Amino acid sequence: MKRVYVNEEWCLGCHLCEYNCAFANSGEVNMVKALKGKKISPRISVCDKDNIHFAVSCRHCEDAICVKSCIAGALHYENSVVVIDKTKCVGCLTCVLVCPYGAVTESDSGVATKCELCTTNFRGTPACVEGCPNKAIVFEER
Amino acid sequence: MERYLIIGNGVAAAGCIEGIRSTDKTGHITVVSRENYPVYCRPLISYYLEGKTELDRMMYRGKDFYREMSCDVIYGKSVVKLDEKEHRAHLSDGSVIEYTKACLATGSVPFLPPMQGIEKVKEKFSFMTIDDMLSVEKAVGPESKVLIIGAGLIGLKCAEGIAGRAGKITVCDLAGRILSSILDDESAEIVKKHIENQGIEFLLGDTAERFDAEKAYMKSGKTVDFDVLITAVGVRADTVLLRDTAAKTVRGVLVDSHMKTDAQDIYAAGDCTESYDVSSGQNKVMALLPSAYMEGKCAGVNMAGKEQTLDGEIPMNSIGFFGLHIMTAGTYCTENDGGSVITVRYENGLRKFFLKDGYLSGYIFVGEVERAGIFTSLIRKREPLSEVDFELLKKNSDYSGFSSENRRKIFGGVV
Repeated sequence: MKRVYVNEEWCLGCHLCEYNCAFANSGEVNMVKALKGKKISPRISVCDKDNIHFAVSCRHCEDAICVKSCIAGALHYENSVVVIDKTKCVGCLTCVLVCPYGAVTESDSGVATKCELCTTNFRGTPACVEGCPNKAIVFEER
Repeated sequence: MERYLIIGNGVAAAGCIEGIRSTDKTGHITVVSRENYPVYCRPLISYYLEGKTELDRMMYRGKDFYREMSCDVIYGKSVVKLDEKEHRAHLSDGSVIEYTKACLATGSVPFLPPMQGIEKVKEKFSFMTIDDMLSVEKAVGPESKVLIIGAGLIGLKCAEGIAGRAGKITVCDLAGRILSSILDDESAEIVKKHIENQGIEFLLGDTAERFDAEKAYMKSGKTVDFDVLITAVGVRADTVLLRDTAAKTVRGVLVDSHMKTDAQDIYAAGDCTESYDVSSGQNKVMALLPSAYMEGKCAGVNMAGKEQTLDGEIPMNSIGFFGLHIMTAGTYCTENDGGSVITVRYENGLRKFFLKDGYLSGYIFVGEVERAGIFTSLIRKREPLSEVDFELLKKNSDYSGFSSENRRKIFGGVV
């Protein structure tokens, strides 16, 4: 299965992936309208440590502990992609408690949110990958 | 052909069904369900009362789950006797089921100490099931004065659930602090203040000694008038069916790493079992939904003849009250146990880390819960703290506290 992988040697720490992610999941067609003056809640986040930068998003684990732990039966697999049924999620954040990568966050509406590889926002391929200026984030089979 | 019997129809049973079917597509599966509902998300009963979910959305799996898994479910009946040698289960209606492998997934039952006069109380409920939830929904209205006995997870989630419905809510607990099983004094005080700000009253270090129909006489001499009583003192693993078998029970059924009991061909999973807690090195009744699913699945896989072991279980909770999130994990080793405690205080909460012998043994987070799973994983996997930059990890709670090599493995590989 194709996943998002990061190469920290190539990451510039520009945080563009965060903006592209927030835009892709905003439901808006205009990036300015989607993001300007708004607090963004991207599903990928860039960590910075001295001169090292790297992006973290859901690993889509094969036997994901978040799926096994979800108390609402909201986290599940769709074609090997871990996705959240937002109508079932009650925002208990057990997924945040168990995700070893810190890749699940609380959305503004209180339910959990995470990378779904842009499969649920009609984009097709991950926006973070497409917009990465230095190809530090790739979408491939490994 | 195998004939699997699953006793109980909660999340552990769902895990067991999925575990069996991951290996054995044709064996016959029978589920005996005391309750008249398909497997549902038990912890959501308070969210329902709060208006955050509805009955159909509370179901754990899709409506075709049992058909897709080719399972027979017997609703509204219970197993009353297990004959270990004959491999027969006797049901409450007198019928008998023959099985080759059975899994006890009976969960727990509310435990209520004897309280004088409690039989005089008309509107009294536990808070464990959908039926309890529907009864509470019916009984509680804007004029209701509700007394909840027990300021643990169940009692307080119930209080939150009905806060918008009831006139007045009082919660009492014999313990001196709320959520005494998962919080320490300092963190409990923060959460208590937050809940009190919602108009909920606490009587701590105090409990009801006797009752009139609508009045509780407290140990302290106080009295509490109420019209609805909710008892949430505690739960007990439901292991009564194994009494005449070779299975050993302490507080819960003892199982090996394959979820097998000492009784012939009987497995067990979920809240009725004891599991090994890697953070304390002791056996505990975990009574946690994630554990229930994972144990059920492990039991199912092994019942179907494939070997799988379960390890790395720890106590852990993610729970919120009125918008304040709490996450806890592991064991709280303090100076008294040869450990050390690091506390970071924030405007709206705190983070406490409990360290021992070079490992993170546990944590309590109130308010600041982002990326808590990174710490949960350190506890569960017993990662030596020498492998990480704990100072940085504590500050940023992200992967900058890990080695570059570690990151390359995780974010560049398949996990």
